[in-house]
Amino acid sequence: MSVDAATVRRIARLARIAVKDDEVEHLQGELNAILAFVEQLGEVNVEGVEPMTSVTPMAMKSRTDAVTDGNDPDAVLSNAPQSEDGFYLVPKVIE
Amino acid sequence: MTELTTLTLAEARDRLRKKDLSSAELTAAHLAAMEKARALNAFVLETPEQAAAMAKASDARIARGDAGPLEGIPLAIKDLFCTKGVRTTACSHILDNFVPTYESTVTSQLWRDGAVMLGKTNNDEFAMGSSNETSYFGPVQSPWRREGSNTPLVPGGSSGGSAAAVAAQLCLGATATDTGGSIRQPAAFTGTVGIKPTYGRCSRWGIVAFASSLDQAGPMAKTVRDAAIMLRSMAGPDAKDTTCVDLPVPDYEAAVGRSVKGLRIGIPNEYRLEGMPAEIEKIWQQGCAWLKSAGAELVDVSLPHTKYALPAYYIVAPAEASSNLARYDGVRYGLRVPGKDITDMYEQTRAEGFGGEVRRRVMIGTYVLSAGYYDAYYLRAQKVRTLIKRDFEQCFAQGVHAMLTPATPSASFGIGEKGGADPVEMYLNDVFTVTVNMAGLPGIAVPAGADAQGLPLGLQLIGRPFDEETLFALGEVIEQAAGRFVAQPWW
Repeated sequence: MSVDAATVRRIARLARIAVKDDEVEHLQGELNAILAFVEQLGEVNVEGVEPMTSVTPMAMKSRTDAVTDGNDPDAVLSNAPQSEDGFYLVPKVIE
Repeated sequence: MTELTTLTLAEARDRLRKKDLSSAELTAAHLAAMEKARALNAFVLETPEQAAAMAKASDARIARGDAGPLEGIPLAIKDLFCTKGVRTTACSHILDNFVPTYESTVTSQLWRDGAVMLGKTNNDEFAMGSSNETSYFGPVQSPWRREGSNTPLVPGGSSGGSAAAVAAQLCLGATATDTGGSIRQPAAFTGTVGIKPTYGRCSRWGIVAFASSLDQAGPMAKTVRDAAIMLRSMAGPDAKDTTCVDLPVPDYEAAVGRSVKGLRIGIPNEYRLEGMPAEIEKIWQQGCAWLKSAGAELVDVSLPHTKYALPAYYIVAPAEASSNLARYDGVRYGLRVPGKDITDMYEQTRAEGFGGEVRRRVMIGTYVLSAGYYDAYYLRAQKVRTLIKRDFEQCFAQGVHAMLTPATPSASFGIGEKGGADPVEMYLNDVFTVTVNMAGLPGIAVPAGADAQGLPLGLQLIGRPFDEETLFALGEVIEQAAGRFVAQPWW
């Protein structure tokens, strides 16, 4: 399988990465090189094989459902590009 | 003072304990060496004041008789580990000026045991790369050069800064991470020792995530013994990482020098690649001979799905990366580029913040997880991963204790030499290491020889799950036979 220019634009949109028109062709070439490389997996007989979900067999750990951290909005917001009154600021979402 | 930087971690530790050396002196010697070696670009942030303060506190603890296992030892930290109050960027523009308000579990355990932080080391952006050339801070130069040549070489990647810092004797050891070979490949390229422990041995908490089912932290060091000492402090249970196992941490150093007599070492036939340089084959044979003369038994084994590990990796790792890197949206931390609405803000931020390799992988990951392609790519790759792991399990079930393979298909190469036209050319560097991540196993790279141009070459030992001790025992045999490989300063 290979991707065309429209698919490259669609993937970029899904990945939320702006791609300029003059970058599409180059990106298409790179993505197709990778897809051509992974194509060989088609040769493998995977009939009846379970997909791996955990590389180390282990039971999921659980802990007491209790508050162990928090109440520190200043620390949480300390790296925010924009914040005000204990909130992150983003461009207007609802008109 | 310069000779202090030639000590191994174990030697420095012993001298500190005997009080014939202070951490202040030892740390100052390394800070001076770092300053002289800035041309290597191994560090993206030096923390001399913090280092001096930590060294002073270590000296006080040593004086009180209260020394930890790594007391006073100056270490370098890969910029993927969050360090409280100290800028952590994963060498990405999108994390410019990110200052964590918390400490990664692994580094917190190093400080608990008395280690001193010298600074943060360069790496490929988000650990995506095999040459350290994708870093936003620019490439790292290897301390190694071909004989009679000034061509700048790569130290490998993604942990290129850590590898260069250890090889150039700017620190006594460094932390690193390995998702497809990012500890073992740079170790092989720089004549240093690097171990990727079993998945789940070290906590991933506070380490910038790349591919969560593959990422593991591990040490890079001058010797096998030094790596064993560091891993003991780095490993261990952590309630903050549910994939981190609740197993006690052995005294790995005790395994260094342990007899390897009677161990069965598998030699996987599929690692004999067509077109592999004769020098690689030669050191592999040499490694077999060394282990054999130490009393190990060599057996030919087959890992039939080896060739599918790298293509499966280039589906699984980008898929996980595309999910993990969704968090970089210009809202909570890092870079924000304004846009005409919120979606445009996300898209402009991510376009400017991610470098070319990261963008490629996020897009491939997005594609293989998208509706209509998930089964054909992602699900199939996860099934192939099961088969890769099964290959190893079958060999171990037949009584094989560990396997010996080359660490890389070549020695180090020049900066700018590979991957320019086709990204896959660079990916092939990890052909021998990536299987180990896919199967969650421990793997160690140990220097074993040099090529005709004097560049170091490494061998890899692959172990049973959570049997890092056997790898340290076998690695020591190779190190004793091959000797150490120390770069001659040109910087």
